[in-house]
Amino acid sequence: MIAQTFTVLNPSGFHARPTKVFVQAAGGFPCKISVQKGGKKVNGKSSLSMLTLGIQQNEEVTLEADGDQEEQAVQTLGELLTKIFEE
Amino acid sequence: MTNKTTKRLSGIAASPGIAIAKAFRLRQDHYVPADGAIADPVAEAERFREAAAVAKAELEAIRAMTERKIGAAKAEIFEAHLLLLEDPDLIDAILEKIGQESMNAEYALHETAQGFIDLLLSMDNELLRARAADVRDVSGRLMSRLRGVSYAAVSAISEPCVLVAEDLTPSDTAQLNPDYVLGFVTEIGSRTSHSAIMARSLEIPAIVGAGTEAADIETGTMIIMDAEQGSVIVEPSDEELTAYQARKVEYDRRKDELRKLMDQPTVSQDGHRVELAANIGSVEDLQKVLANGAEGIGLFRTEFLYMGRAALPSEEEQFHVYKHVLERMEGKPVVIRTLDIGGDKELPYMKLPAESNPFLGLRAIRLCLDRQELFRTQLRALLRASVHGQLKIMFPMIAVAAELREAKRLLREEKEKLLREGVPVSESIEVGIMVEVPAAALAADMLAKEADFFSIGTNDLIQYTMAADRMNENVAYLYQPCHPSILRLIRMVIQAAAKEGKWVGMCGEMAGDQTAIPVLLGMGLHEFSMSASSILPARALIKRLSQRDWAAHTEQILSMDSQESIHAFVNQQTRSDFA
Repeated sequence: MIAQTFTVLNPSGFHARPTKVFVQAAGGFPCKISVQKGGKKVNGKSSLSMLTLGIQQNEEVTLEADGDQEEQAVQTLGELLTKIFEE
Repeated sequence: MTNKTTKRLSGIAASPGIAIAKAFRLRQDHYVPADGAIADPVAEAERFREAAAVAKAELEAIRAMTERKIGAAKAEIFEAHLLLLEDPDLIDAILEKIGQESMNAEYALHETAQGFIDLLLSMDNELLRARAADVRDVSGRLMSRLRGVSYAAVSAISEPCVLVAEDLTPSDTAQLNPDYVLGFVTEIGSRTSHSAIMARSLEIPAIVGAGTEAADIETGTMIIMDAEQGSVIVEPSDEELTAYQARKVEYDRRKDELRKLMDQPTVSQDGHRVELAANIGSVEDLQKVLANGAEGIGLFRTEFLYMGRAALPSEEEQFHVYKHVLERMEGKPVVIRTLDIGGDKELPYMKLPAESNPFLGLRAIRLCLDRQELFRTQLRALLRASVHGQLKIMFPMIAVAAELREAKRLLREEKEKLLREGVPVSESIEVGIMVEVPAAALAADMLAKEADFFSIGTNDLIQYTMAADRMNENVAYLYQPCHPSILRLIRMVIQAAAKEGKWVGMCGEMAGDQTAIPVLLGMGLHEFSMSASSILPARALIKRLSQRDWAAHTEQILSMDSQESIHAFVNQQTRSDFA
């Protein structure tokens, strides 16, 4: 298992569109993906659960991947966490 | 007519326009299934999967239709809906309730979806609360499939109407046919709800949050919706109807005229070209900038990067934001103003000492030259981003040339460091100053030798020239953009720059003011930077003005002794010009 912490940069936080893009990408990996903010950890392949984290700009989240292709998953998904989207 | 009972409602104008038609009342039922056990959980799970498959096919069709009709960006919402139908935390929870608790599929869906809806509605963020509507839409569709009833009657509308509903789901809005649905009114909702956003893309008027009184509007009732004012008139009088029909004709004509100007350059009637740019305060303003035909960004306020957070933004974070804005503007000029903090804008984490007169204290460039590390970080981020578009850097609150020299020295040092590190930096970055301190306006001839451009910040220039706090209502009368004292300063700045072959812009509210524009055009202002929504009306105005004629009026205008007489002159002159 690998885990890495990222700071979300998107001005309006991690809402509809970023979550959609993230979950679509996460669904493409065979490993388990989870995202943790504060004390709450959710399934990174569920857009509903990702939304309920309420991630805002400049907040830190920890990305975890466990299983096949975990390294690539952290790299790809980490880039999405720090990407600037427009909504 | 006296037998009609005219009623007036008001709500939030979410998409502009005027619509006059009979109402179509959309009745939405809130079906709540009963909790009952089932005998065959395997068959029940299969029934649920089939319903989900049908819902998925329907959503895929709506997505494709939206992409065709409105565009890929607006179709994205349905990708999010499709994702909900595959969401493991939603679907697995439902299947578990069916499989392990022998719960019927309808109730399992209701329980699970409602749990997520409640969770989203309890969040302290409007954007997230709005997502509850997506869950409601998708689960409502699934529920209809399970029950074998039709979902959303909106697509069946085949006569011109104004749609009235409690709320509209994203899929309702996507299926609206703008040939028939001339506008809509909802009881709940806000400017940022999805239906409001869709209405703006479909360019149909919308009023949201009109309250429960809208529930009384029956199908067939005549209504006027004025989404300029946010008012709904139910059963208007004949006089009102006639008046609004005339207003609608005028509104539509004006809208057509402005739309034609979208991608056109800004050229006066006698062939003089100027540039109309937009002021932005965050990345989110970009969409509006592009949708309103801006020829560039004349002022990008970078304060948002520093505010509402616990620590200073890193170079990397700033670089990403600047690069993004430059790329989105595709080579059009982007003037980025370095940090303008202090005065009324504070940063708690910087622990700045309290000042008895913050507007005259250590703010903007003064603060940046005092806290050089903070300034150097921003300059490096700007320099690194410069290769991604046409960047122009602007220093705020320059009063004397020594400040500009020092800021330029720091910029040069950071550039040399980057080049030594092998980081590419653009060779053609213009470096200018904001002219907002009267001292800078009076010494503009000297500053023009050292700055590549000037941008006149009228809000502060007026405040400092009149010695009148903009926020103090008791002296609000002194805020006079067209007072001869202000106009004389502006002309001094433009003439001084012209002597050195430099350009002058303006980025205060005055630049978008329809009464000030003719005067500024006559004085030879090159760039007008304003809020995005003012750009097309300003372009329409300039196309009808003669730069030469207004230049000839300048002396006369500057000799008038009050703003009132100047306003009166401009209004009279434009009226006779356009007659």
